Amino acid sequence: MSTTRKFDFGKTVKQGLNDILYIWGKEMKSVIKDQGVWLFFLVVPLVYPLVYSLIYNTEVIREVPVVVIDNSHSFKSREFLRKVDATPDVKIAAYAGDMVEARNMLREKKAYGIIYIPSTFAKDIYRMVQTHVSIFCDMSGLLYYKSILIACTDVSLDMNNDIKVDRAGNTTEQQDEVTRYPINYESVAMYNPQNGFASFLIPAVLVLIIQQTLLLGVGLSAGTARESNRFKDLVPINNHYNGTLRIVFGKGLCYFMVYAIDSVYVLGVVPWIFKLNQIAMPWTLIEFIIPFIIACIFFAMSCSIFVRSRELCFLIFLFCSLPLLFISGISWPGTAIPPFWKAVSYIFPSTFGINGFVRVNSMGATLSEVKFEYQALWLQAGFYFITTCVVYRWQILNSRIHVVRKYKDMKKAGYLSLHNVQE
Amino acid sequence: MKEGHKRGYISLYNVFVRECKNLTSRPVNLFCMIIVPLFCTFFFTSLMNKGLPTDLPVGAVDQDQTSVSRDLLRNLDAFQQVAVSQRYADVWQARRAMQRGDIYGFFYIPKNTTRKALSSRRPTISFYTNGSWFIAGSLLYRDMRTMSELTNGAIARESLRAKGYTDDMIQSMLQPIVIDTHPINNPWLNYSVYLCNTLIPGVLMLIIFQITVYSIGMELKERTSRDWLRVGNNSIVISLWGKILPYTIVFFIVGAAIDVYLYKFLQFPCNSGLGPMLFAMLWMILASQATGVVMIGTFPTLRYGLCFASLWGVVSFSVSGFTFPCMAMYPWVQSLAALFPLRHYFLIYVDQALNGYPMIYSWSSYLALMIFIFLPFIIMSRLKKAMLYYTYMP
Repeated sequence: MSTTRKFDFGKTVKQGLNDILYIWGKEMKSVIKDQGVWLFFLVVPLVYPLVYSLIYNTEVIREVPVVVIDNSHSFKSREFLRKVDATPDVKIAAYAGDMVEARNMLREKKAYGIIYIPSTFAKDIYRMVQTHVSIFCDMSGLLYYKSILIACTDVSLDMNNDIKVDRAGNTTEQQDEVTRYPINYESVAMYNPQNGFASFLIPAVLVLIIQQTLLLGVGLSAGTARESNRFKDLVPINNHYNGTLRIVFGKGLCYFMVYAIDSVYVLGVVPWIFKLNQIAMPWTLIEFIIPFIIACIFFAMSCSIFVRSRELCFLIFLFCSLPLLFISGISWPGTAIPPFWKAVSYIFPSTFGINGFVRVNSMGATLSEVKFEYQALWLQAGFYFITTCVVYRWQILNSRIHVVRKYKDMKKAGYLSLHNVQE
Repeated sequence: MKEGHKRGYISLYNVFVRECKNLTSRPVNLFCMIIVPLFCTFFFTSLMNKGLPTDLPVGAVDQDQTSVSRDLLRNLDAFQQVAVSQRYADVWQARRAMQRGDIYGFFYIPKNTTRKALSSRRPTISFYTNGSWFIAGSLLYRDMRTMSELTNGAIARESLRAKGYTDDMIQSMLQPIVIDTHPINNPWLNYSVYLCNTLIPGVLMLIIFQITVYSIGMELKERTSRDWLRVGNNSIVISLWGKILPYTIVFFIVGAAIDVYLYKFLQFPCNSGLGPMLFAMLWMILASQATGVVMIGTFPTLRYGLCFASLWGVVSFSVSGFTFPCMAMYPWVQSLAALFPLRHYFLIYVDQALNGYPMIYSWSSYLALMIFIFLPFIIMSRLKKAMLYYTYMP
């Protein structure tokens, strides 16, 4: 064995680091220069969280208009309606004479529900017979239904208790209280006391924005690399692009630096601006988000292999956002997701990212409570790192093959032309 | 005059044929136009095929340990949406389980609850629901609250019986006013009906935006736009129509398949019959295509056009108000919602399929979609200029 072919570890490492820095710098430059990538790495993460938060920021629906049919026309029925009208959830928009009129109001969207009080309402109460109030709800939005139902139920329970107290003929207030509620109960809505929509949906959307913009941005950058390459290859022929690890680390480092800043803004500043729940220990949050970003980066880099031209990544990746949001178990409860889709959801970093982030950030969990998600994210980071390396290795080989083939073709052509001249 | 008409139709046909070749030669078209919408249809309907989630796991912290408390938990477990899956020694453990995501809520019955109740000292029981999981939290709140009311009733019933009331009288004593709820046209409170009917057309709409922008943008990018205009007899109207028409046909077939799957196969409420929904689908497809043309016309670069289409399309799911009602949003957001075709399609769906109202009640939504269809006329000259003089810059 000759000494010149001996493997010089120190030199390789030094050269490797040099190449990583070179590739990092190159990628950084393209992030800043390429407006498409720039848009998805910086502008969308900046603006989109604000757009979504503004849409949902009102949190709850108030004053759903309802139309009332009061056939009882009594003191009791008026009391019931007055109390319903006084709830924050419902507003009485109109009184209708009969069902036909009320239904017409639903059709014209002047009201989203009907409260029907039968003519025997007050009589039944005084006769100690159960009476029934009917509510009809437009089901175009479940929140209308929820508001109307909660308002009417609350009022009916309240009036029931007053009626009970009247009938019981107690002598002390203490007795009255016992008649109302022998067992008192209280409900505590944890982590989202107002049951708001933004508090529940926005954290999930924020995490998803990070993954999806990475997917689009890395895809765009890969598409550009291919388009500017002579052989439509992902990896250029260049001394610095010799080793797989150099490319993967160089590019990965660049994306990581950009997204370290992005996630501070998206996951830290945005919830603060909109006063969403933020009860995480900062260090726990950072520790949890790091594997998430790494997993997302390598996932995006592995996926970028499918992007043949720069625009394709929109068509391929964008539609996934919605299924990913649903499959993560944030809106549709995780326990109700069929096992097959559950298994599919484990492919994507967003599933664990969303679940973990919501629990750490909105529910104040520590790392030990999100152990499963945390470990899964590191596992994904490792797995997608390997796939990224495989993909890039394959690409390097591909581009070499293309160059060699081109070289051979040229040689052949040259030979032929020489031959022709001789003829 | 007549000759001119004839020439117009011929060039329309030529553009149409030219575009059919484009359509079939790009694999991404097959993927986006057929596979993605059908996949999403299958995905969302199978994800929510139960309609309402059942057996949501809740915990119990029963420090009372009496027959009354056990009865309460057993009854709670019997609710369809609830499964009392875990028992914890104290609230701290239950809270940790909630943070781990094992349970969506828990019921806390403190020590001596029964004793206090029987001696009229008003004990307090509590239930905790996790608001970070909205659907699960709301469903659990409903059932746990009902359970608490029933427990109160059970205790009061015992004392009333002791006083000699009959069961009928007790019933009216305990609950003088009963609320009967009638959720119109979705009595099962089926989430699949509630969400899929708008989610799936929404995905289709997003794809239509993208594909329309892509098909026109590719002409600009590959510098074939002059050839396209030449085949279209130098008329931008003919060129656009010929280009869009093949996609309209494919999208309509896919959209009709989705409608048939939802309303005929899955039997989602369709009180208007299938016809008006197919009509609404066609209307939505045309409006979305027109919006796509406006997008590429405003930014006559494939890349920016696609960004615009993507970002606009994704926001429309939130702003159209089928999950969180528009009524509850800020007033200025409400007015912006009109700029998204999905919003109008949603309103039409509610009127037609869900509620079965006559079409006249949705006239404003149809009108809005029609305005979308005519929007491209505003940017046509700009688009034509781009087609003639624009050079692609990567």
